[in-house]
Parts: sequence; C-alpha cells; structure tokens
Amino acid sequence: MSGPAHDSLAFSARRVGAMILRYWYLLRSSWPRLLELVYWPAVQMMMWGFLQLYIDQNASFFARATGTFIGAVLLWDILFRGQLGFSVSFLEEMWARNMGNLMISPLRPFEFVAALMVMSLVRLAIGMVPVSLLAIAFFGFNLWGLGLALAAFFVNLILTSWAVGIFVSGLVLRNGLGAENLAWTLMFIFMPLACVYYPVATLPGWLQVFAWALPPTYVFEGMRALVIDQAFRADLMIEAFALNIVLFALASAGFLALLADARRAGSLMQTGE
Amino acid sequence: MRREGLASGRRPRQFSGVSGMSQTVAAVEIDRLVKVYKAATAVDGISFALRPGTITGLLGGNGAGKTTTIAMIMGLVSPTSGTVRALGAEMPRQRYRVLHRMNFESPYVEMPMRLTIRQNLAVFGRLYGVDDVAGRIAALAAELDLTDLLDRPTGKLSAGQKTRVSLAKALINSPELLLLDEPTASLDPDTADWIRTRLERYRAERGATVLLASHNMAEVERMCERVIIMKRGRIEDDDTPARLLQRYGRENLEEVFLDVARGRARLEAAQ
Repeated sequence: MSGPAHDSLAFSARRVGAMILRYWYLLRSSWPRLLELVYWPAVQMMMWGFLQLYIDQNASFFARATGTFIGAVLLWDILFRGQLGFSVSFLEEMWARNMGNLMISPLRPFEFVAALMVMSLVRLAIGMVPVSLLAIAFFGFNLWGLGLALAAFFVNLILTSWAVGIFVSGLVLRNGLGAENLAWTLMFIFMPLACVYYPVATLPGWLQVFAWALPPTYVFEGMRALVIDQAFRADLMIEAFALNIVLFALASAGFLALLADARRAGSLMQTGE
Repeated sequence: MRREGLASGRRPRQFSGVSGMSQTVAAVEIDRLVKVYKAATAVDGISFALRPGTITGLLGGNGAGKTTTIAMIMGLVSPTSGTVRALGAEMPRQRYRVLHRMNFESPYVEMPMRLTIRQNLAVFGRLYGVDDVAGRIAALAAELDLTDLLDRPTGKLSAGQKTRVSLAKALINSPELLLLDEPTASLDPDTADWIRTRLERYRAERGATVLLASHNMAEVERMCERVIIMKRGRIEDDDTPARLLQRYGRENLEEVFLDVARGRARLEAAQ
C-alpha cells in the first residue's frame, strides 16, 4: 500500500485519475453514449443555422448579425452539455448502484467532483469539436475564430455548468434518483433569463435584474457585442467570472451540506428512487 | 442474559494480547449508539467492541438494525447519538484516516456492469492506493478463481461469479477490517461454502477482523467465534456460539435465533 493520506483534505491525483479511467472505460465501451454526445448538438446547430440563413436573406439588421444564432447555439451547448457531462457521469454511479462502493472508499468528495469536471470537458470535446467543424462547413461560422474571446466565454460557461452540476449532484445524493430529472432540466431555467438568443434589453426592466445576476447572461451579451459590433467586452467577462466564483462557492457549500444531510438521513445506503 | 457490552468511558477499548502481556486496541468500538430515522429508531443504544483478528456474526431479523450498524461503522450514516470508532478513528468524522484499511462486501451493492472485472478492480485498486494494482488483481483472480473471467463485463456474470468479484473488490486493499453484509445470499450451497472457506483463509492469513451480518445460521455457527443478536435496534444477546447453544438448550443457532426473535428467551427468563 502506498502511504496513507490521513488528512481529509489531502488531494490524490491518482484517485481522481482512477475515476476518470472508470468513466473512460464506460464511454469507450458504449457507442450509444458516444453518439448521444454528438447528435443533439449537431441537430441543434443545423436547425438554428438554417433558420438564420432564412432570416439573413429577409432582414437587413440580421444580415449584419450573421452568426449570432449559430454562436448562441454553440455557446448554449457548452453551458448545457458541460453540465450534462458532469451530471451524467455522476448519474452513471447511481444507475450502476456503485455509489455505496465509492462512498466507503478513500475517495474524497472534492476528488470525485474534480473527476466529474474533467469528464465534463472530455464529453464536451467529443460532442462540440465535430459540431463546430460542421458549423464552418455548412454556414461558414468559425467558432474557433473568436480566439481569446472564445476562451473567456468558455471559462465562464463551464464554471456555471459545473456549479449547477455540483448542486444537482448533491440533490440527487440526498433525494435519490427521484431528483434525476433536475439534472436534465435545471439548466433550462437559464435559457430565457440568460438571454441566449436575444439582448437583455428585450426583457422587461424588473426581469433584467434577475438576468444580470446570472453569469451566462454576460457571456451571451459579450458574444453579440463581438459578432455584431466586433467589440470584445472584457468588462462583461470579468463580471461574469466574479459571479461564477460566488455561484461555484455556493454550489460547493450546498453539495457538502446535502452530502452531510444524506449521511444523517441514510440516503447513501439507498441509491435507488 | 449475558452481554459483552462496552464499558462506559471514551478511551478506546483494549484487549489483552495472546500472551497476556500486550494490549490491543479494539478494531471496532461502539458505545451507546443510536440511529433514528425521522420517527423510526433503527439502532437503539447498542454497545460492543470487536477484538482484532476475530470473526463476529451479527444476527437479526429484517429491520433489526444490522445494516444500519454496519453503515455507521463505515461512516456511510451519521449516528444520532453515541460513538463509533473503527480502527481507532471516530466515524464518520475521521473516516479518511482509516477507510483505506477497511472494506465492505454486499450482494446489494453492485459494481459498474459494462466494465470488465479487470477494469473494475483496477479502478478500485487505484482508489484504495494499492501499489502494484496489476499484481494484486492477478493474485486475487487466482485465489478467487476469476483468472479466465477477468476481461468479461461484470454484468454478464452469474450470481456466484458476481459475488466472487465483489469479494475481490472487498479484498483489493488487503483490509484489516472487513465488513460483510450477507455475503453468500442467493448462492448455491457449494458456492457459498467455497466463499466461506476463502473468507476464513483470508482472516487467518491477514489477521483481519471480520464483522459478518447474515441470515444464514449455519454460516455464522461455522465461521464466527462470537455472535451478536439484534432485535428492533437492540442487542438481545452476545456470546460465543457454543455458550449460546448451551444457555438456550438448543442444538443449533437457528433455534436460538427463533427463540430470541419470538421472545421465548425472555418468557423463560421471566418464569
């Protein structure tokens, strides 16, 4: 045996690697899981891309705004698929009735979360890289051409997706698979409020306050500023990052509280419904 | 009724060594342990300590509190009151001090079905910090007759094969404390006997402490040097199998268990 890690805060890259290996084994053994990562983002991108083509041919303003819809679709998929990549890896343990084995192993909660974050990146890459190439081929929209701005958008969106994923995982640990639907639907609350497809100014004034409380709102506004006005709004990215830090901290604290509550309620023994 | 209950106080329970000269800290030490789920009391003030290197049976009907007790020893469930110490660490607060030295097997906790046996054991070997994972898997596979199955998906195994895989996972870190929840449930008599022999050999070779929850009285009678009988969250009796048979005037543990479960022991004591 290797040296025992006595400290509950001791981080082991090997244990994180073990969990990543576990999810990689699963992914590569299951073609439906791999296909699922690609097909829906591809369908979304195609549908919105053709819609945008139609609008471009019929409206002068939108002719200037070429790429906003496809850009919004691709960035939304980073947000949604990032969270799903996190949550589905977590749910795999519930479906496999393996959570008990993990919870009695030396795996720390933050190591488990770190492995889930890495897997969300892996799953996102498998799904989004081919779709971004399709967007170039079909509609001439080069997501990668956004350069540094894309990196800023990506960091902010993935942080939000992880925060939501962490909190939902806590809810599922506490309440069992009855809370599974939250993993599939909770992110959609962001869709109207984060103004994915339209500017924040479209919302009534009182709702704009809520919209600006969500980090992805800044990213989608930043994307429109970049595509329409060719201006990179660093101020929006910094504000989004600050909000993400708060959101991530709240989600992590919520996860730990729900895990402690699950221990009190005995939910970790019953990983079914 | 005779009880080997834990003396009150917060110091770890110590046992005399074989020579009588040395002292050994209890592998598991439970003191006035209570677990209440909402309105239901699952464990009601139990106390006991397990001597290192022994196999102890935990008997009781459905809902007696066996699984909850084991879950609290593993740190999976927080006690409502009282304390649990495993290998000297207070559970669940200090669980990461000792989780790499313990393990658990139950047919009710499964492993990922799509992963092969080798992949599953490799993952758990790394989680438990085993140095030579490949070597450990090969040794366990040889011991548990799994060598030819190592590259088969875990979900495509028979019940007996799955139990052997679960046991391999439970032994991957050569645990000092092994907790077993009905390890031979749903197995045919031959396979169950085979599993018991392996467990006895492991205990003898490793000097491990084993706590075995079971409904199989013959299994407990054969394997355990001590039996704790639980009923409605409490310890009803606690003794060696031989002394239990003698005191209850019965020929096997199943009859003793039925006496306890149906309250005959209490009736006779009252008379």
